[in-house]
Amino acid sequence: MAGELVLLDFWPSPFGMRSRIALAEKGIPYEYREEDLRNKSDLLLQMNPAHKKIPVLIHNGKPVCESVIQVQYIDEVWHDKAPLIPSDPYQRAVARFWVDFIDKKIYELGSKIWKTKGEEQANAKKEFIECLKLLEGELGDKTYFGGESLGYVDVALVPFYSWFYAYEKCGDFSIEAECPKMIAWVKRCMQKESVAKSLPDQEKVYEFILQLKKVFGI
Amino acid sequence: MGEEVKFHGMWASPFSRRVELALKLKAIPYQYIEEDLSNKTPSLLRYNPVHKKVPVLVHNDKPVAESMVIIEYMDETWENNPFLPRDSYERAMARFYAKFIDDKLLPTLAKLGQTAGKENEETIEEIHEQLKVLEDELKGKQFFGGQRIGYLDIVAMILVWLHLAGSITGQKILSTEKFPLIYEWIERVMKMEVVNECLIPEEKRQDWIQLAQRAPKSASN
Repeated sequence: MAGELVLLDFWPSPFGMRSRIALAEKGIPYEYREEDLRNKSDLLLQMNPAHKKIPVLIHNGKPVCESVIQVQYIDEVWHDKAPLIPSDPYQRAVARFWVDFIDKKIYELGSKIWKTKGEEQANAKKEFIECLKLLEGELGDKTYFGGESLGYVDVALVPFYSWFYAYEKCGDFSIEAECPKMIAWVKRCMQKESVAKSLPDQEKVYEFILQLKKVFGI
Repeated sequence: MGEEVKFHGMWASPFSRRVELALKLKAIPYQYIEEDLSNKTPSLLRYNPVHKKVPVLVHNDKPVAESMVIIEYMDETWENNPFLPRDSYERAMARFYAKFIDDKLLPTLAKLGQTAGKENEETIEEIHEQLKVLEDELKGKQFFGGQRIGYLDIVAMILVWLHLAGSITGQKILSTEKFPLIYEWIERVMKMEVVNECLIPEEKRQDWIQLAQRAPKSASN
Protein backbone atom coordinates (compact mmCIF):
# COMPACT_ATOMS: atom_id res chain seq x y z
CA MET A 1 0.00 0.00 0.00
CA ALA A 2 2.83 2.41 0.79
CA GLY A 3 4.83 2.13 -2.40
CA GLU A 4 6.61 5.11 -3.80
CA LEU A 5 5.27 8.55 -2.95
CA VAL A 6 6.50 11.84 -4.38
CA LEU A 7 5.01 15.27 -3.75
CA LEU A 8 5.79 17.98 -6.31
CA ASP A 9 5.28 21.19 -4.40
CA PHE A 10 6.28 24.82 -3.87
CA TRP A 11 7.10 25.88 -0.33
CA PRO A 12 4.65 28.83 0.11
CA SER A 13 1.71 27.06 -1.54
CA PRO A 14 -1.18 26.64 0.93
CA PHE A 15 -2.50 23.90 -1.37
CA GLY A 16 0.75 21.94 -1.14
CA MET A 17 0.67 22.39 2.63
CA ARG A 18 -2.64 20.54 2.78
CA SER A 19 -1.12 17.37 1.38
CA ARG A 20 1.98 17.77 3.55
CA ILE A 21 -0.22 17.91 6.66
CA ALA A 22 -2.35 14.93 5.60
CA LEU A 23 0.72 12.78 4.94
CA ALA A 24 2.36 13.88 8.21
CA GLU A 25 -0.79 13.22 10.24
CA LYS A 26 -0.78 9.66 8.95
CA GLY A 27 2.96 9.25 9.34
CA ILE A 28 3.43 8.37 5.67
CA PRO A 29 6.96 8.77 4.34
CA TYR A 30 7.32 10.51 0.98
CA GLU A 31 9.82 12.38 -1.15
CA TYR A 32 9.27 16.15 -1.25
CA ARG A 33 10.39 17.85 -4.46
CA GLU A 34 10.55 21.61 -4.69
CA GLU A 35 9.42 23.05 -8.03
CA ASP A 36 10.64 26.32 -9.49
CA LEU A 37 7.39 27.66 -10.93
CA ARG A 38 9.25 29.87 -13.43
CA ASN A 39 10.99 26.77 -14.71
CA LYS A 40 8.69 23.81 -14.25
CA SER A 41 10.19 20.34 -14.37
CA ASP A 42 9.41 17.93 -17.20
CA LEU A 43 7.98 15.63 -14.58
CA LEU A 44 5.46 18.24 -13.43
CA LEU A 45 4.38 19.03 -16.99
CA GLN A 46 4.05 15.33 -17.71
CA MET A 47 2.14 14.52 -14.53
CA ASN A 48 -0.26 17.47 -14.68
CA PRO A 49 -0.62 18.42 -18.36
CA ALA A 50 -4.15 19.81 -17.89
CA HIS A 51 -3.19 22.47 -15.32
CA LYS A 52 0.65 22.38 -15.10
CA LYS A 53 0.29 23.24 -11.41
CA ILE A 54 1.51 22.04 -8.05
CA PRO A 55 0.89 20.20 -5.85
CA VAL A 56 1.03 16.86 -7.62
CA LEU A 57 1.08 13.68 -5.59
CA ILE A 58 2.68 10.80 -7.47
CA HIS A 59 1.84 7.37 -6.05
CA ASN A 60 3.63 4.44 -7.68
CA GLY A 61 4.15 6.57 -10.76
CA LYS A 62 0.50 7.65 -11.04
CA PRO A 63 -0.37 11.33 -10.51
CA VAL A 64 -3.13 12.71 -8.31
CA CYS A 65 -3.70 16.43 -8.90
CA GLU A 66 -5.65 19.08 -6.97
CA SER A 67 -5.05 19.35 -3.24
CA VAL A 68 -8.59 18.48 -2.11
CA ILE A 69 -8.56 15.38 -4.28
CA GLN A 70 -5.13 14.45 -2.90
CA VAL A 71 -6.28 14.77 0.71
CA GLN A 72 -9.34 12.59 0.00
CA TYR A 73 -7.15 10.06 -1.82
CA ILE A 74 -4.62 9.94 1.03
CA ASP A 75 -7.46 9.51 3.53
CA GLU A 76 -9.02 6.67 1.52
CA VAL A 77 -5.80 4.75 0.82
CA TRP A 78 -4.40 5.11 4.36
CA HIS A 79 -7.78 4.92 6.03
CA ASP A 80 -6.61 3.11 9.16
CA LYS A 81 -4.40 5.94 10.41
CA ALA A 82 -5.67 9.28 11.71
CA PRO A 83 -8.85 9.53 9.62
CA LEU A 84 -9.50 13.07 8.38
CA ILE A 85 -12.84 12.77 6.66
CA PRO A 86 -15.87 11.87 8.80
CA SER A 87 -17.42 8.44 8.33
CA ASP A 88 -21.03 9.64 8.52
CA PRO A 89 -22.30 10.68 5.04
CA TYR A 90 -24.02 13.83 6.32
CA GLN A 91 -20.97 14.96 8.31
CA ARG A 92 -18.87 14.32 5.22
CA ALA A 93 -21.20 16.47 3.15
CA VAL A 94 -20.91 19.28 5.71
CA ALA A 95 -17.11 19.01 5.71
CA ARG A 96 -16.97 18.98 1.89
CA PHE A 97 -19.25 22.01 1.76
CA TRP A 98 -16.91 24.04 3.97
CA VAL A 99 -13.80 22.93 2.10
CA ASP A 100 -15.51 24.04 -1.12
CA PHE A 101 -16.34 27.37 0.59
CA ILE A 102 -12.70 27.82 1.63
CA ASP A 103 -11.56 27.06 -1.91
CA LYS A 104 -14.00 29.52 -3.46
CA LYS A 105 -13.25 32.39 -1.11
CA ILE A 106 -10.11 32.43 1.02
CA TYR A 107 -7.34 32.24 -1.57
CA GLU A 108 -8.95 34.69 -3.97
CA LEU A 109 -9.83 37.24 -1.30
CA GLY A 110 -6.42 36.92 0.32
CA SER A 111 -4.79 37.48 -3.07
CA LYS A 112 -6.85 40.64 -3.58
CA ILE A 113 -5.69 41.93 -0.20
CA TRP A 114 -2.02 41.83 -1.16
CA LYS A 115 -2.45 42.65 -4.85
CA THR A 116 -4.80 45.63 -4.73
CA LYS A 117 -5.22 49.01 -3.07
CA GLY A 118 -7.91 51.48 -2.16
CA GLU A 119 -11.54 50.49 -2.47
CA GLU A 120 -10.87 47.10 -4.05
CA GLN A 121 -8.59 46.17 -1.17
CA ALA A 122 -11.02 47.51 1.42
CA ASN A 123 -13.83 45.38 -0.04
CA ALA A 124 -11.60 42.31 -0.13
CA LYS A 125 -10.62 42.79 3.52
CA LYS A 126 -14.24 43.17 4.55
CA GLU A 127 -15.33 40.04 2.70
CA PHE A 128 -12.31 38.09 3.94
CA ILE A 129 -13.20 38.84 7.56
CA GLU A 130 -16.84 37.96 6.90
CA CYS A 131 -15.75 34.58 5.54
CA LEU A 132 -13.52 33.92 8.55
CA LYS A 133 -16.42 34.82 10.83
CA LEU A 134 -18.65 32.33 9.01
CA LEU A 135 -15.98 29.70 9.54
CA GLU A 136 -15.75 30.66 13.22
CA GLY A 137 -19.50 30.03 13.41
CA GLU A 138 -19.03 26.58 11.92
CA LEU A 139 -16.21 25.82 14.37
CA GLY A 140 -18.36 26.83 17.34
CA ASP A 141 -17.03 25.44 20.58
CA LYS A 142 -15.21 22.53 18.98
CA THR A 143 -11.48 22.04 19.45
CA TYR A 144 -11.07 21.49 15.73
CA PHE A 145 -13.50 21.59 12.82
CA GLY A 146 -13.08 17.82 12.88
CA GLY A 147 -14.17 17.65 16.52
CA GLU A 148 -11.63 16.23 18.93
CA SER A 149 -9.09 15.56 16.22
CA LEU A 150 -7.85 17.32 13.11
CA GLY A 151 -10.20 16.88 10.18
CA TYR A 152 -10.62 17.66 6.51
CA VAL A 153 -11.72 21.27 7.03
CA ASP A 154 -8.84 21.94 9.47
CA VAL A 155 -6.33 20.59 6.94
CA ALA A 156 -7.87 22.66 4.15
CA LEU A 157 -7.93 25.93 6.10
CA VAL A 158 -4.93 26.06 8.43
CA PRO A 159 -2.31 26.47 5.64
CA PHE A 160 -3.67 29.95 4.95
CA TYR A 161 -2.47 30.96 8.42
CA SER A 162 1.07 31.08 7.01
CA TRP A 163 -0.15 33.93 4.76
CA PHE A 164 -1.99 35.88 7.49
CA TYR A 165 0.99 38.01 8.44
CA ALA A 166 1.47 38.99 4.77
CA TYR A 167 -2.24 39.83 4.41
CA GLU A 168 -2.13 41.89 7.62
CA LYS A 169 0.94 43.88 6.60
CA CYS A 170 -0.33 44.51 3.08
CA GLY A 171 -3.84 45.30 4.22
CA ASP A 172 -2.93 47.12 7.41
CA PHE A 173 -5.32 45.24 9.67
CA SER A 174 -5.28 42.62 12.40
CA ILE A 175 -6.97 39.30 11.77
CA GLU A 176 -6.74 38.35 15.44
CA ALA A 177 -8.54 41.52 16.50
CA GLU A 178 -11.43 40.71 14.17
CA CYS A 179 -11.46 36.91 14.54
CA PRO A 180 -9.95 35.87 17.87
CA LYS A 181 -11.63 32.45 17.81
CA MET A 182 -10.02 31.69 14.47
CA ILE A 183 -6.56 32.54 15.81
CA ALA A 184 -7.19 30.48 18.94
CA TRP A 185 -8.05 27.54 16.68
CA VAL A 186 -4.91 28.15 14.59
CA LYS A 187 -2.77 28.07 17.73
CA ARG A 188 -4.26 24.73 18.73
CA CYS A 189 -3.50 23.35 15.26
CA MET A 190 0.04 24.70 15.34
CA GLN A 191 0.70 22.65 18.47
CA LYS A 192 0.46 19.58 16.29
CA GLU A 193 3.74 18.57 14.74
CA SER A 194 2.10 17.64 11.45
CA VAL A 195 0.87 21.22 11.06
CA ALA A 196 3.84 23.09 12.54
CA LYS A 197 6.29 21.25 10.30
CA SER A 198 4.21 21.70 7.16
CA LEU A 199 3.73 25.46 7.35
CA PRO A 200 6.53 27.87 6.42
CA ASP A 201 7.46 30.82 8.59
CA GLN A 202 5.01 33.73 8.15
CA GLU A 203 7.81 36.27 7.78
CA LYS A 204 9.32 34.24 4.96
CA VAL A 205 5.97 34.20 3.19
CA TYR A 206 5.72 37.99 3.64
CA GLU A 207 9.19 38.44 2.09
CA PHE A 208 8.12 36.24 -0.78
CA ILE A 209 4.99 38.36 -1.33
CA LEU A 210 7.08 41.55 -1.28
CA GLN A 211 9.31 40.04 -3.98
CA LEU A 212 6.27 39.12 -6.08
CA LYS A 213 4.91 42.64 -5.71
CA LYS A 214 8.20 44.01 -7.01
CA VAL A 215 8.26 41.62 -9.94
CA PHE A 216 4.66 42.41 -10.92
CA GLY A 217 4.99 46.09 -10.17
CA ILE A 218 2.17 46.05 -7.63
CA MET B 1 -33.84 4.26 3.54
CA GLY B 2 -37.46 5.44 3.40
CA GLU B 3 -37.51 9.12 4.09
CA GLU B 4 -38.28 12.58 2.94
CA VAL B 5 -36.23 14.07 0.14
CA LYS B 6 -36.83 17.59 -1.12
CA PHE B 7 -34.89 19.26 -3.88
CA HIS B 8 -34.74 23.01 -4.52
CA GLY B 9 -33.76 23.64 -8.13
CA MET B 10 -34.15 25.86 -11.13
CA TRP B 11 -35.06 24.73 -14.64
CA ALA B 12 -32.22 26.52 -16.46
CA SER B 13 -29.40 25.70 -14.06
CA PRO B 14 -27.01 22.96 -15.22
CA PHE B 15 -26.00 22.41 -11.58
CA SER B 16 -29.59 21.87 -10.59
CA ARG B 17 -30.18 19.52 -13.55
CA ARG B 18 -27.18 17.45 -12.48
CA VAL B 19 -28.74 16.72 -9.14
CA GLU B 20 -32.05 15.95 -10.85
CA LEU B 21 -30.29 13.39 -13.06
CA ALA B 22 -28.55 11.86 -10.06
CA LEU B 23 -31.86 11.53 -8.20
CA LYS B 24 -33.46 9.85 -11.21
CA LEU B 25 -30.52 7.50 -11.80
CA LYS B 26 -30.88 6.23 -8.24
CA ALA B 27 -34.69 6.23 -8.52
CA ILE B 28 -35.02 8.28 -5.33
CA PRO B 29 -38.50 9.70 -4.83
CA TYR B 30 -38.40 13.41 -4.10
CA GLN B 31 -40.44 16.57 -3.89
CA TYR B 32 -39.25 19.24 -6.30
CA ILE B 33 -39.40 22.94 -5.50
CA GLU B 34 -38.81 25.24 -8.50
CA GLU B 35 -37.09 28.39 -7.30
CA ASP B 36 -37.63 31.81 -8.79
CA LEU B 37 -34.13 33.20 -8.40
CA SER B 38 -35.42 36.77 -8.26
CA ASN B 39 -37.72 35.79 -5.40
CA LYS B 40 -36.17 32.93 -3.45
CA THR B 41 -38.27 30.94 -1.01
CA PRO B 42 -37.62 31.44 2.72
CA SER B 43 -36.84 27.69 2.84
CA LEU B 44 -33.99 28.05 0.37
CA LEU B 45 -32.52 30.96 2.31
CA ARG B 46 -32.81 28.95 5.50
CA TYR B 47 -31.28 25.80 4.00
CA ASN B 48 -28.41 27.55 2.22
CA PRO B 49 -27.70 30.74 4.17
CA VAL B 50 -24.06 30.88 3.08
CA HIS B 51 -24.56 30.98 -0.71
CA LYS B 52 -28.37 31.32 -1.05
CA LYS B 53 -28.17 29.27 -4.26
CA VAL B 54 -29.70 26.25 -5.90
CA PRO B 55 -29.41 23.30 -5.98
CA VAL B 56 -30.08 22.26 -2.40
CA LEU B 57 -31.03 18.73 -1.41
CA VAL B 58 -32.92 18.36 1.85
CA HIS B 59 -32.87 14.86 3.31
CA ASN B 60 -35.04 14.41 6.41
CA ASP B 61 -34.81 18.16 6.95
CA LYS B 62 -31.01 18.17 6.72
CA PRO B 63 -29.77 20.40 3.88
CA VAL B 64 -26.86 19.67 1.55
CA ALA B 65 -25.67 22.39 -0.82
CA GLU B 66 -23.24 22.51 -3.81
CA SER B 67 -23.99 20.09 -6.64
CA MET B 68 -20.86 17.94 -6.31
CA VAL B 69 -21.21 17.69 -2.54
CA ILE B 70 -24.84 16.65 -3.06
CA ILE B 71 -23.92 14.00 -5.63
CA GLU B 72 -21.26 12.43 -3.40
CA TYR B 73 -23.68 12.51 -0.46
CA MET B 74 -26.30 10.73 -2.55
CA ASP B 75 -23.79 8.12 -3.67
CA GLU B 76 -22.84 7.37 -0.06
CA THR B 77 -26.40 7.34 1.25
CA TRP B 78 -28.19 5.40 -1.51
CA GLU B 79 -25.95 2.55 -2.56
CA ASN B 80 -27.84 1.37 -5.65
CA ASN B 81 -26.44 2.34 -9.05
CA PRO B 82 -23.13 3.65 -7.69
CA PHE B 83 -21.74 6.76 -9.38
CA LEU B 84 -18.13 6.68 -8.19
CA PRO B 85 -15.81 3.74 -8.88
CA ARG B 86 -14.64 1.59 -5.96
CA ASP B 87 -10.92 1.94 -6.64
CA SER B 88 -9.34 4.92 -4.83
CA TYR B 89 -7.21 5.97 -7.78
CA GLU B 90 -10.10 5.80 -10.23
CA ARG B 91 -12.19 7.85 -7.81
CA ALA B 92 -9.45 10.47 -7.68
CA MET B 93 -9.45 10.57 -11.50
CA ALA B 94 -13.25 10.93 -11.71
CA ARG B 95 -13.15 13.76 -9.17
CA PHE B 96 -10.24 15.40 -11.02
CA TYR B 97 -12.02 15.56 -14.38
CA ALA B 98 -15.27 16.69 -12.72
CA LYS B 99 -13.37 19.52 -11.05
CA PHE B 100 -11.68 20.28 -14.38
CA ILE B 101 -15.10 20.74 -15.97
CA ASP B 102 -16.35 22.98 -13.16
CA ASP B 103 -13.18 25.00 -12.56
CA LYS B 104 -11.92 25.34 -16.14
CA LEU B 105 -14.43 24.50 -18.85
CA LEU B 106 -17.49 26.18 -17.35
CA PRO B 107 -15.79 29.54 -16.65
CA THR B 108 -14.33 29.53 -20.17
CA LEU B 109 -17.75 28.79 -21.67
CA ALA B 110 -19.14 31.66 -19.62
CA LYS B 111 -16.62 33.98 -21.27
CA LEU B 112 -18.00 33.12 -24.72
CA GLY B 113 -21.07 35.28 -24.43
CA GLN B 114 -18.96 38.19 -23.25
CA THR B 115 -16.21 38.33 -25.85
CA ALA B 116 -16.08 39.20 -29.51
CA GLY B 117 -13.64 39.25 -32.41
CA LYS B 118 -10.10 38.08 -31.71
CA GLU B 119 -10.77 37.60 -28.00
CA ASN B 120 -13.66 35.36 -28.91
CA GLU B 121 -11.42 33.29 -31.19
CA GLU B 122 -8.94 32.85 -28.35
CA THR B 123 -11.71 31.78 -26.01
CA ILE B 124 -12.88 29.19 -28.53
CA GLU B 125 -9.33 27.88 -28.84
CA GLU B 126 -9.11 27.59 -25.08
CA ILE B 127 -12.39 25.66 -25.03
CA HIS B 128 -11.09 23.33 -27.73
CA GLU B 129 -7.98 22.57 -25.66
CA GLN B 130 -10.16 21.79 -22.67
CA LEU B 131 -12.53 19.64 -24.73
CA LYS B 132 -9.52 17.68 -25.99
CA VAL B 133 -8.76 16.69 -22.38
CA LEU B 134 -12.26 15.23 -22.11
CA GLU B 135 -12.10 13.65 -25.59
CA ASP B 136 -8.92 11.81 -24.51
CA GLU B 137 -10.61 10.65 -21.33
CA LEU B 138 -13.27 8.84 -23.39
CA LYS B 139 -10.77 6.70 -25.31
CA GLY B 140 -11.75 3.03 -25.15
CA LYS B 141 -14.85 3.77 -23.08
CA GLN B 142 -18.57 3.84 -23.70
CA PHE B 143 -19.14 6.36 -20.95
CA PHE B 144 -16.80 8.46 -18.80
CA GLY B 145 -17.70 5.99 -16.06
CA GLY B 146 -16.64 3.02 -18.21
CA GLN B 147 -19.33 0.52 -19.09
CA ARG B 148 -22.10 2.58 -17.60
CA ILE B 149 -23.01 6.13 -16.72
CA GLY B 150 -21.26 7.44 -13.62
CA TYR B 151 -20.11 10.47 -11.63
CA LEU B 152 -18.17 12.12 -14.44
CA ASP B 153 -20.93 11.50 -16.99
CA ILE B 154 -23.36 13.39 -14.74
CA VAL B 155 -21.04 16.40 -14.59
CA ALA B 156 -20.19 16.11 -18.29
CA MET B 157 -23.84 16.64 -19.25
CA ILE B 158 -22.73 20.22 -19.82
CA LEU B 159 -21.40 18.87 -23.15
CA VAL B 160 -24.94 17.91 -24.15
CA TRP B 161 -26.07 21.42 -23.23
CA LEU B 162 -23.22 22.85 -25.33
CA HIS B 163 -24.32 20.70 -28.27
CA LEU B 164 -27.96 21.80 -27.88
CA ALA B 165 -26.94 25.46 -27.63
CA GLY B 166 -24.87 25.05 -30.79
CA SER B 167 -27.85 23.71 -32.72
CA ILE B 168 -29.90 26.74 -31.70
CA THR B 169 -27.36 29.57 -32.04
CA GLY B 170 -25.57 28.07 -35.03
CA GLN B 171 -22.22 28.59 -33.31
CA LYS B 172 -20.75 25.09 -33.34
CA ILE B 173 -18.06 24.88 -30.71
CA LEU B 174 -18.29 21.10 -30.62
CA SER B 175 -17.48 19.73 -34.06
CA THR B 176 -17.84 16.04 -34.88
CA GLU B 177 -14.50 16.10 -36.74
CA LYS B 178 -12.52 17.44 -33.83
CA PHE B 179 -14.36 15.58 -31.07
CA PRO B 180 -15.74 12.30 -32.47
CA LEU B 181 -15.70 10.48 -29.14
CA ILE B 182 -17.55 13.26 -27.35
CA TYR B 183 -20.11 13.20 -30.14
CA GLU B 184 -20.60 9.47 -29.85
CA TRP B 185 -21.01 9.88 -26.10
CA ILE B 186 -23.60 12.63 -26.59
CA GLU B 187 -25.57 10.43 -28.98
CA ARG B 188 -25.33 7.53 -26.56
CA VAL B 189 -26.56 9.43 -23.51
CA MET B 190 -29.29 11.26 -25.39
CA LYS B 191 -30.83 7.87 -26.17
CA MET B 192 -31.40 7.41 -22.43
CA GLU B 193 -34.85 8.43 -21.23
CA VAL B 194 -33.55 9.52 -17.84
CA VAL B 195 -31.09 11.93 -19.49
CA ASN B 196 -33.75 13.42 -21.71
CA GLU B 197 -36.03 14.00 -18.74
CA CYS B 198 -33.35 16.24 -17.27
CA LEU B 199 -32.67 18.32 -20.36
CA ILE B 200 -34.32 21.67 -20.93
CA PRO B 201 -37.58 20.95 -22.75
CA GLU B 202 -37.53 21.99 -26.42
CA GLU B 203 -40.12 24.73 -26.03
CA LYS B 204 -37.98 26.46 -23.38
CA ARG B 205 -34.63 26.27 -25.18
CA GLN B 206 -34.78 29.69 -26.83
CA ASP B 207 -35.53 31.29 -23.45
CA TRP B 208 -32.67 29.37 -21.95
CA ILE B 209 -30.18 30.61 -24.58
CA GLN B 210 -31.26 34.18 -23.95
CA LEU B 211 -30.92 33.74 -20.19
CA ALA B 212 -27.48 32.18 -20.60
CA GLN B 213 -26.30 34.94 -22.91
CA ARG B 214 -27.45 37.61 -20.48
CA ALA B 215 -25.81 36.22 -17.37
CA PRO B 216 -23.99 32.97 -18.11
CA LYS B 217 -22.47 32.45 -14.69
CA SER B 218 -25.42 33.28 -12.54
CA ALA B 219 -27.88 30.60 -13.59
CA SER B 220 -27.86 29.12 -10.12
CA ASN B 221 -27.77 32.46 -8.35
